[in-house]
Amino acid sequence: MTAFLHQFPFAPIDAVLVVPGIAALLLALIPQYKLGSRVNMLASGLTFLCALTLLIERPDPAVSFLFVDDLNVVFIVLGTFVGFTTSIFSASYIGHEIEIGRLKPGYIRFYHGMYQALSFSMNLGLTANNVGLMWVAVELATLTTVLMVGLYRTQAALEAAWKYFILGSVGIALALFGTILIYMAARPVIGEGHDAMVWTTLIANAAAFSPELLNVAFVFLMLGYGTKVGLAPLHAWLPDAHAEGPTPISAVLSGLLLNVALYALLRFKMLLAANPFAVAPGPLLVTLGLVSLIFAAFMLYLRRDIKRLFAYSSIEHMGLIAFAFGMGGPLANFAGLLHMTMHSLTKSAIFFAVGQVAQVKGTQKIADIRGLTESHPTLGWSLVVGVAAIAGLPPMGIFTSEFLLVSSTFAREPLLAIPLVVGLLLAFGALIWRLTGVAFGKPSSSVVDAGRRPSMLPLIIHLVLVLIAGIYLPGPLVAWFQNVARMLG
Amino acid sequence: MERFSLDAAHLLAGGMVLVSFMMLYQNRILGLLNVFAAHAVVLSLSVAWQAYVQAAPHLFVTAAIALLLKAITIPVALHHMVLRLGVHRDIETVGGIGPTMLMGMGLVALSMVVMLPAAAEADPIAREDLALALSVILLGLLMMVTRQNAISQIVGFMSLENGLVLAATGARGMPLVVEISVAFSVLVAFIVIGVFLFRIRERFDTIDTQALDDFREGRE
Repeated sequence: MTAFLHQFPFAPIDAVLVVPGIAALLLALIPQYKLGSRVNMLASGLTFLCALTLLIERPDPAVSFLFVDDLNVVFIVLGTFVGFTTSIFSASYIGHEIEIGRLKPGYIRFYHGMYQALSFSMNLGLTANNVGLMWVAVELATLTTVLMVGLYRTQAALEAAWKYFILGSVGIALALFGTILIYMAARPVIGEGHDAMVWTTLIANAAAFSPELLNVAFVFLMLGYGTKVGLAPLHAWLPDAHAEGPTPISAVLSGLLLNVALYALLRFKMLLAANPFAVAPGPLLVTLGLVSLIFAAFMLYLRRDIKRLFAYSSIEHMGLIAFAFGMGGPLANFAGLLHMTMHSLTKSAIFFAVGQVAQVKGTQKIADIRGLTESHPTLGWSLVVGVAAIAGLPPMGIFTSEFLLVSSTFAREPLLAIPLVVGLLLAFGALIWRLTGVAFGKPSSSVVDAGRRPSMLPLIIHLVLVLIAGIYLPGPLVAWFQNVARMLG
Repeated sequence: MERFSLDAAHLLAGGMVLVSFMMLYQNRILGLLNVFAAHAVVLSLSVAWQAYVQAAPHLFVTAAIALLLKAITIPVALHHMVLRLGVHRDIETVGGIGPTMLMGMGLVALSMVVMLPAAAEADPIAREDLALALSVILLGLLMMVTRQNAISQIVGFMSLENGLVLAATGARGMPLVVEISVAFSVLVAFIVIGVFLFRIRERFDTIDTQALDDFREGRE
């Protein structure tokens, strides 16, 4: 297998960047919607396949700006998979948006090019072996998503994009300051130049860094990348960006971009943990995570827009994940990783469903969407399954990870488990309450549905995967996650 | 010489903090743009001085970019745009100028208290530069928070980026990131100017200020 891989002109790790990079340029030249969406799917699928080969073959970190280890390969495979399924969903969804005239055909080249540019920048952020390069990639991902959120050019979309741009840029600026401080801390130990920003060198020498500088750096990095993760109180951009952008972008934002920022945060957490005198990063993450969880759980009750509802649910779940990684230890880290994977799959599936709901009902207002299971049985029941999964009902995968997290927290810090459980129950109540209104009862009127129906395939694949993970986790995957959980400390 | 190079570096970095304060009390957009140009000039001088002291010729490129783009091209372009959109009028600050200035002083004190002990082991140029750069960053943030007008928010953000460039050049031998951050700040500026202002016009099919005002006020 590895001999076979060597016959390619690019190593697989380069391919996860080269394929979307070339596709972005190519798609910027294809004005036809059909051809463009097919090339988009093909490129995303190819990127996913290349990412899969990273499971087998790893490049030598000494010769490359890029590197792969057990931690980031989880993010890459998950990210390219969601990117691929979202491109399938996007093909039919955007087709419908053009038919109803919500999206001008002129924006197709822009949309598809940006989709691949986003995929490129996220893969770059995940594979970069240089904290400066990682920062550039996250900034690039922010800019591309800002442009995508404003795609519909409505007042609300422009305002959402502006808010996202301002808050995202401030976050990213603070993260750069943190990155500079990391370099300052590393320079006396490693020496001037590139080496003092290379991740593998940093982590090897972290014990000798000045702990004071590391502490200050982490505060900035956490505020900066934490803004991108969507942790309260830095979350204000997230609901608007999810609600006003095209639905495939909402799915990519929740399923991928939040994870990339989280990945950056985890890397720096590992760096701090490797220094015995630096402040423990865990309690900070636990606090932000709990605040996000409780805050988002209450906000779920007040939402009137269905995409906004699930955007707040993303804040809630990112809070849970931050809490899990903040707790640390093999069990909580395992729960955090599993929860992150399950949340990406489930939340993007929900957005696939919600996008179609908004199309068939012609509105995003929760009050105007009723009786979906009666008027559109397949779509309605898929949404029911998806929401049940995200709310944490067994036997779906999110139940497993939440159960692990709650039980490990009870065993170690019973006092912290109380707000955790309260937050989970509050969010559960809100989601089920909203779901019953939307899914059951007398159906509200639908728009005349002349266009073709979007593909249900990506939605079903995601939900089936989440269901399987809830019932049975394969042994190698468990061993893999346990290994990563140990790495995270 | 050692002593002098240190003092000059601190003088220039301190000058940036001073100009940041001047931006805080500007109440007209055109005045604000002029002060921002001055901010970029001081940044350019400061980076050039660092390039000379550190014997790092590539930093002169950064200084030149700061001068040409941030001190000349972007302010001129924004100036032009403000006149064309007809938005050159008084801008209101949230909470008034006095309290904003007091908060600014608090932020500068905070950055001194945080950075000086934390960077105690770094060389003196870098140590004070970092503290002053953090002050510039925080003042830029303060400006973005206290201004509601889109253009002054952009200016606030660019002054924040100037602070980042100052910090990056103060970190001796920092690779690539200076160039990258400058390139990105330019990109950011163009995206903002191009996309948002012109899309707003496209949307309302008018350059009437009132439409822009309704747009901002209706949503905030």
